[in-house]
Amino acid sequence: MTTTLKPVDAVMVGFGWTGAIMGQQLADAGLSVLALERGPWRDTASDFATGFAQDELRYMWRHHLFQNVADDTLTIRNNVNQEALPMRHLGSFLLGTGVGSGGVHWNGQIWRFLPSDFQTKTHNAQRYGKKAVTDNDLTVQDWGITYDELEPHYDTFDKLCGTSGKAGNLKGKIQPGGNPFEGARSSEYPTPPMAQTYGPTLFGQAAASLGRHPFPHPTGNLSTAYVNPLGAQLGKCTYCGFCEKFGCGNYSKASPQTTVLPYLMAKPNFELRTECEVLRVELTPDRKRATGVTYVNSAGEEFFQPAEMVFLGAYILQNVRLLLLSGIGQPYDPKTGEGVVGKNYAYQTMSSVNVFFDDKILNPFIGAGALATVIDDFNGDNFDHSGLGFIGGAYIAGMVTGGRPIEMIYTPQGTPAWGLEWKHAAAKNYLRSFSLSIHGSNMSSRFNYLDLDPTYRDIHGRPMLRMTFDFNGNDHKMSDYLTDRAAEVARAMNPREIKLNRRVGAWNVVPYQTTHNTGGAIMGDNPKDSVINKYLQTWDVPNVFSMGAGAFPQNAGYNPTATVAALTYHAAEAIKSQYLKAPGALIQA
Amino acid sequence: MAGQTFDRRHFLVGGAAIGTAATAAVAAEKIHDGELGAPAASYRGAIPWEEGAADAPPGVSGTDFKFFTAVERTFIEAAVNRLIPPSAVGPSGVEANIPFFLDRQLAGPFGRGDHYYLGGPWRKGAPEQGYQMRFSPAQLYRAAIAAIDRYVGASFNGAAFAKLTDADKDKVLKGLEAGTIALDSGVDAKPFFAMLLQNTKEGYFSDPIYGGNKDMAAWKMIGFPGAHYDYSDWVSRHGERVPYPTVGFKGRPGWTGA
Repeated sequence: MTTTLKPVDAVMVGFGWTGAIMGQQLADAGLSVLALERGPWRDTASDFATGFAQDELRYMWRHHLFQNVADDTLTIRNNVNQEALPMRHLGSFLLGTGVGSGGVHWNGQIWRFLPSDFQTKTHNAQRYGKKAVTDNDLTVQDWGITYDELEPHYDTFDKLCGTSGKAGNLKGKIQPGGNPFEGARSSEYPTPPMAQTYGPTLFGQAAASLGRHPFPHPTGNLSTAYVNPLGAQLGKCTYCGFCEKFGCGNYSKASPQTTVLPYLMAKPNFELRTECEVLRVELTPDRKRATGVTYVNSAGEEFFQPAEMVFLGAYILQNVRLLLLSGIGQPYDPKTGEGVVGKNYAYQTMSSVNVFFDDKILNPFIGAGALATVIDDFNGDNFDHSGLGFIGGAYIAGMVTGGRPIEMIYTPQGTPAWGLEWKHAAAKNYLRSFSLSIHGSNMSSRFNYLDLDPTYRDIHGRPMLRMTFDFNGNDHKMSDYLTDRAAEVARAMNPREIKLNRRVGAWNVVPYQTTHNTGGAIMGDNPKDSVINKYLQTWDVPNVFSMGAGAFPQNAGYNPTATVAALTYHAAEAIKSQYLKAPGALIQA
Repeated sequence: MAGQTFDRRHFLVGGAAIGTAATAAVAAEKIHDGELGAPAASYRGAIPWEEGAADAPPGVSGTDFKFFTAVERTFIEAAVNRLIPPSAVGPSGVEANIPFFLDRQLAGPFGRGDHYYLGGPWRKGAPEQGYQMRFSPAQLYRAAIAAIDRYVGASFNGAAFAKLTDADKDKVLKGLEAGTIALDSGVDAKPFFAMLLQNTKEGYFSDPIYGGNKDMAAWKMIGFPGAHYDYSDWVSRHGERVPYPTVGFKGRPGWTGA
């Protein structure tokens, strides 16, 4: 039996970064806002206090803050000829759950995409010819939005987080010490860059000696105390080396908890319900309007929550599944290329180079999620791709997120994974090694997509999501080229030896890569090619909005969170200024 | 709370107090760690606060073995001492108390597959699709140890793994690692070896509250100072050794003498 509840103006499905940001924007506009989160309440003092936050086994390897695949998983395969099987254990990506979700256990790497990243198709076709955007079965698209439209909203997110960094392009003027390739910023970062430890410093010197343009990684691990516009206070990062996969015990990492929730949770017109999982969006018989959502709580009780507006703010894999299960938008078919929901699923193409010294103590345990010196010379279209056979690129970061010993002991080329040789190599190299991360774009292609699995079902009896994904020829060429560029910097650091960890073979679900899954609910300028318009509004059901990185038509060579947040603020502005006055399509198809 | 500003200091004080208390305590075992795992709740008007709600780590106590049988324990001790052999550089697998760590992991939520999806149907799949067995980790260890001893018995004149020479033990471990040894009872050798090696390194390098990393000797071997939370003074002191003593959640030996 389903109980019908009192209607609300807006319901957030999931309560991570996007739900918190949209919830705050709409609650401030006077709407009654309800957030439904399937995981638990979480906060700093109770869930990851400094006394026990630095627990590699519990948080990283036992997945204490992550989505539990025993409750919900998806099926995976590399290509359409394989049978998809369940992802039975987390590995390649570490999905979030609970209040704050991935915003709790991210690294705090805050990047803007390049202006040309928003015109991947037209920009690259114009510069390199039409084949550059169609070879390798590429299905890249333009976003239907420009960097200039998003810039004010990137700026808002920086000020929310107190991002630490150094501008490289202020209102069109190149600034020394920053990233000279970035799009123009309207203002300097709210706080100065973090101090760099030895490894990133050596990386920066080596990169500069090769004529590259090193700069400090922009970070949500704060270099100094900061009070944001919502009155939330963040503390100075202590470089404990437990960001990524962990909650910050020190209020030093920007998260929904440290930046939005103290303000939003106090508002009388906002309510959060935890342990409540949305099963589907309910539509009117003509399927042109959503009436609300049906959810089930941890006691197994089912509710219908009426709402004037529905915001999908779960992780992209869940948002796409909810669209498919609710019958919003036409599912994508890779055989015909028709349909849109599930289309252009993409990821991130990662590789690395390890560097080993004999004579330098690097203290890798002094780290932070975004503690790095970076070069952006070979990202996006910051370099001439003529004759290279690929589009896109990567940033190369000399990075120390920490020195957590189960995960992060680097051993030289040829060292076995166990035995005396491994043990002695670990003892010898732990303090004297360093890693360069190559954080590459992933261009969408025809046979990488998401749909519903024909066999496997979840605990509610719904089909699991099915992911069909492998790196394409463009990605492999890009990654090899970028790994070679990183190796040049690594050698210029004058180490004893280096080790190249290239991106080889098919995508494998076992080793951790990144939790930067994108696409499947992509944005664009027309309903034939996209699920949502530039205001994240679904073309088919105008009172349903799909937030998050599912909107990305392909993935750029940067971490996604700032772009996800900027898109959310951009949508909120249009909803407040236009939609609330005249509910309906913000852009006529 | 005045107006719509928020005073973090109250929360910092509360957090520090809870953090200190929690490190000494052993938490009650969670019923279920994940989605839809606790009673549903509604929050409105303020950040919720509940006294004593710190989610303290689930450390272990005692010295007895709860999961491994005597025969299994013999196998595990022999195996972890080949994965991490004794030498002057640092502790061996047995010296680091890894068998006890593994025992408590397999007797608890990890062993039960608390964070594994184990529903059917079950197919072998491609290596890229990861773990595909029906076994929980505890079931897998039990089945795999017995299957390995049967393989060793058939291939090495009736011996058990623990009785083999070091060279023969390594030969068997390499065969499991490469998947060239076929085991009976539906055990896939390669993913079992990967799990055993991963869990062994976890027992070597995790906080001692979980029963391994005895005397933090594995951390001392590599130079990791442990569960410190503030390295601010050493960020800009490039190339210097950080002189902090190694510390775990329960402190370090020097603390008890004070």
